[in-house]
Amino acid sequence: MSAGRAAPAGARPLLEARGVTMRFGGVTAVQSVDLVLGEVELRCLIGPNGAGKSTFFKMLTGQLTPSEGRIAFRGTDITGAEPHAIARLGVGIKTQVPNVFNGLSVRENVFVAAGRRKSLARARAIVGETLARLQLEAIADRTVGQLAHGQRQWVEIATVLAQEPELILLDEPAAGMTHDEVHRTAALIREINRTHALIVVEHDMPFIRMIAKTVTVFNQGRILMEDEVGRVLADQRVRDVYLGKQAA
Amino acid sequence: MDLAGLLAFNVIAGIATLVLITLGLGVIYGMMRIINLAHGELMMLGAYTAVTASEAGANIWVAMLVLPPLVVGLVGLVLERTVIRFLYGRMMDTMLATWGLSLGLIGLVTSLYGNVVRGVSTPVGSFEIGRYGASLYSLVIIAAALAALAAAYLLLRLTRFGLILRATMQNPRMAAALGVSPDRVYMATFGLGAALAGLAGGVLAPISGISPAMGASYIARAFITVLGGGPAIVAGTGLASTLFGVINELVSFKTTPVIGDVALLVAAVLLIRVLPQGITGRYLRRSL
Amino acid sequence: MRPFPPRAGPPGPAGGLRAAGGFLAMLAAGLAVLLGAPHLVDTFGLVQLTGFSAMAMFALSQGFIWGYGGVMSFGQAAFLGLGGYAYAVAVLNLGDSTVPVLLAMAVPMLFALLLGYFMFYGRISDAYIGVITLTVSVILFQLVNATSGRQYRIGDAELGGFNGIPAIPALNLPGDPGNPLDPEGIWYAAMGSLILVYAALRAILASRFGRVVVAIRENETRAQLIGYDPRLYKLLAFTISAGIAGLAGCLFANWGGFISPTVFGLTMSAQVIIFVLVGGLGTLLGPILGAVLIQWLIIQAGGQRVIDANLGLGLVLVAFVLLVPQGLVPVMRALLGRLAGAVRRPAPQEPAAPGRALAGEAPR
Repeated sequence: MSAGRAAPAGARPLLEARGVTMRFGGVTAVQSVDLVLGEVELRCLIGPNGAGKSTFFKMLTGQLTPSEGRIAFRGTDITGAEPHAIARLGVGIKTQVPNVFNGLSVRENVFVAAGRRKSLARARAIVGETLARLQLEAIADRTVGQLAHGQRQWVEIATVLAQEPELILLDEPAAGMTHDEVHRTAALIREINRTHALIVVEHDMPFIRMIAKTVTVFNQGRILMEDEVGRVLADQRVRDVYLGKQAA
Repeated sequence: MDLAGLLAFNVIAGIATLVLITLGLGVIYGMMRIINLAHGELMMLGAYTAVTASEAGANIWVAMLVLPPLVVGLVGLVLERTVIRFLYGRMMDTMLATWGLSLGLIGLVTSLYGNVVRGVSTPVGSFEIGRYGASLYSLVIIAAALAALAAAYLLLRLTRFGLILRATMQNPRMAAALGVSPDRVYMATFGLGAALAGLAGGVLAPISGISPAMGASYIARAFITVLGGGPAIVAGTGLASTLFGVINELVSFKTTPVIGDVALLVAAVLLIRVLPQGITGRYLRRSL
Repeated sequence: MRPFPPRAGPPGPAGGLRAAGGFLAMLAAGLAVLLGAPHLVDTFGLVQLTGFSAMAMFALSQGFIWGYGGVMSFGQAAFLGLGGYAYAVAVLNLGDSTVPVLLAMAVPMLFALLLGYFMFYGRISDAYIGVITLTVSVILFQLVNATSGRQYRIGDAELGGFNGIPAIPALNLPGDPGNPLDPEGIWYAAMGSLILVYAALRAILASRFGRVVVAIRENETRAQLIGYDPRLYKLLAFTISAGIAGLAGCLFANWGGFISPTVFGLTMSAQVIIFVLVGGLGTLLGPILGAVLIQWLIIQAGGQRVIDANLGLGLVLVAFVLLVPQGLVPVMRALLGRLAGAVRRPAPQEPAAPGRALAGEAPR
């Protein structure tokens, strides 16, 4: 589907953020963040609340325009581009607060995502596959607004997958899910990662251990460290950051 | 030269008129986020109060400047208690409800007074700018606008009531925790906005044809000015009135008042394309 | 909120059949009225019904943009007036009514495209859109009102200021300007086009475009993150609704053979809001029934002098906002559903609606 995947690995990153900074009035939410993500890479972002992770996601998806810095997706500059334009390039996001079409049915939610610029038959096929993949068939014709929070999370993940993005951003996908659902989510992420790149923001450390390879730690708007998951979780500074959060 | 002087005077009077007709709307919108579609009809009630009082023999100044804000302020309190207070936080519904009130007030006044145009005579004469005569009454309008603007600023900035008002608008729950009743504050704010609309109606009564539907001829300008001004009530009203007053008067002078209104609209639409939050949404955000 | 019929997406077979059945029933009812009315009422009654269908079409334009597009277009009278005046001016100049009818739709659509571009691409808030559309209609009213005198003419048509344009030639069959339609012919044209517009809106809402429009109303951010440009969809929906309002204006001009600036007036914009609110926001049947009901009430009230029409309309508007905000058709449907549900199964739990304007509805 993508021409980019044919390029030799490492030749050009999938996503490249350089010196990205976001200021709100006098508050700097994100400060000179550099982040490079390769094709089919899985990256976890961790860090205490208010560390700037969600703000960073909003800049990646065009919901916020960085005060400084550049963001490129497969070499295309997407700094400050419209959200829909970035989505069309192949970036999908599950936001922290469920962002779904509450008045539409589950099937309709997925269809609207699958149906952009595709034949009706193709769109229907995607809807069928996605609903089956996420085990949503039983509630396919329910109105999303009537569903429980955890189910709405699944619906949102389904819409993101149905839009067939090249890079998937998941902001706290395990929040509000049951133990079983967390395991399903982890399995799903590993499966998606066989063909697609993902960035996952999560607080749940056991969940991070289940899926993570490389972890980037945000603290106070900056990147504290970036390394293999075992080393990050063993790092004293990271422990301090989280302990500090717990103390606060 | 005389003509330029007259034009400058008319521009200032035009700005003052805009300030008067906008301020009440701006207070209610800026403080409560309610777009009061009955604003024009509250002005109309102010004008009718002035006519009725002066015909009943009241002193013309009292009839124009004192009674309308009192009467219309009271009407505002009643409307807030009976309708508006049930709809806080539902912006669209408050617009619809105030629209309903607007129609209702037009209907009510038509039933009471008939659908005829009435007038109040101007209490002062004219003076001369060189070869041209200018209405002395415009000076009254300018004075009233300045007074209203200054009073609103001082009220919000310096008084205890103003502080409570601003605190409640910033954070109603916090204010409630400190012992302020947000309900009472909203009521007072709506009453204040209505009183300002009444004052505008009273002051402008001598220079407008007074009829039940007269509100419609003011609201277009008032809405545009509030939109253009943005969130800061006093600064926004002042700045937008100045900008739009100049455009309106100059275009009206060159063409007709109706084309002047069209120019106002076009200017406003272009302005919001550039500054969707209005002038004070981009600049002077922290001012009043 | 009622359970949402599976309309968009690949509809389940049962839902698809139900929607199609509802549509066919509506179509049959519309055709029965179209063909039956001339046999059941006299010419005067038929003329009244023609007026009702013009207002019903106007209500559809409002119901579509507000109820489905989620756009608070509060100056819909601007498009009604532009359509009516475009028809009147063009038909007085051209004689044959075919091109004027097209212009009655094209002129408001172009105007909506321009205005909508500034509003939607300026990213102004919903409430500001309400205020600006309303203001535009007020200023158009003032503008047209000020066109008294012989200098304000377009070709052979004098605009006439507040007196309006009298003696507007009625519709004729294409290419036959010598034979304007009689009241019965106008009825067929008005009611026939109402049915066509209703069917077209059903088709639009069932299309992918329509689903995206509704999806944007439900959650603009999500639609954008999927890759749709909400500004474009809103602009197109706004333009479509302006075209429908323009056609309603054309029918309105045909109904009375006369048009005046009051078509641009605030009362007209308020009236169509009331039609939609009373009938039901987020439905297509609601606005039609609301228009007929309110117009009928206005005519009934016309004979008495106790309550001014504006007072009545205002009270209705306030009462519905406070007491029946969802409108009559959804309330009736819920009642019917509960009756049917009591027989078959317990009624579904009512969820917390995301807000009335957002309460999704299938077109009925």
